[in-house]
Amino acid sequence: MKSCKEVHRLVIEGQDRKLGFTERFSLRVHLMLCAACRRFDAQMDLLRQALRRFPGD
Amino acid sequence: MTDPDLQQSLQQMRPTLLRFAMLQLRNEAAAEDVVQETLLAALEGKSSFSGRSQLKTWAVSILRNKIVDHLRRGSREGSLPQVDEQGDEDFDALFDGTGHWQEAPGDWGDPAKVLEQRGFYEVLELCMKALPENLARVFTMREVLGFETEEICKELKMSSSNCWVVLYRARMRLRECLQLRWFGAR
Repeated sequence: MKSCKEVHRLVIEGQDRKLGFTERFSLRVHLMLCAACRRFDAQMDLLRQALRRFPGD
Repeated sequence: MTDPDLQQSLQQMRPTLLRFAMLQLRNEAAAEDVVQETLLAALEGKSSFSGRSQLKTWAVSILRNKIVDHLRRGSREGSLPQVDEQGDEDFDALFDGTGHWQEAPGDWGDPAKVLEQRGFYEVLELCMKALPENLARVFTMREVLGFETEEICKELKMSSSNCWVVLYRARMRLRECLQLRWFGAR
């Protein structure tokens, strides 16, 4: 299984390019099992949503 | 909305528009220029303002296009600072020797609620300002202006590995800053 360090990298790269099948698969498996990386994934998601709405109201 | 009303509302928005432009251009004169162009375009194009969307949303969308034009012109003239590509070492500290988090990421909660919280966008703006210029340029093109990554690398004539490193660093710095100044501070 990939380490959290490798997974955080995949999460970030997933923001900027389409991940391959194997990458998505190993990412999904890791996220299912790892709450810390799930929270990191959610943080990146929040960042994106926030910036798309910039400058806010 | 009558002309003088529109003009007045647009003028009131000017500081917001300027801040928005400054974040992305990092140059006061250039920011003034694009905002001026935006206000003119808004007045000339007032018939395309349907009144359905908010005036601010409409003005920001014009401004986005002006900023994009400006960046395109700038990239043709060349001059984007390159970064070195040793992207990993900055964040090695986040993980221990076995690749586990040194400090597990915090729970930031429901995005829909967070984004409604008063003050959140001020802090976000502060954190964006704290990004070094070369990171900020690429990152705002990607996230605020919504360019595809490929397109940015091409426009700015950066190698794609350079592009990735820049985006990666920007995301990680922003995360750190928000954790410190917003999520960790509450």
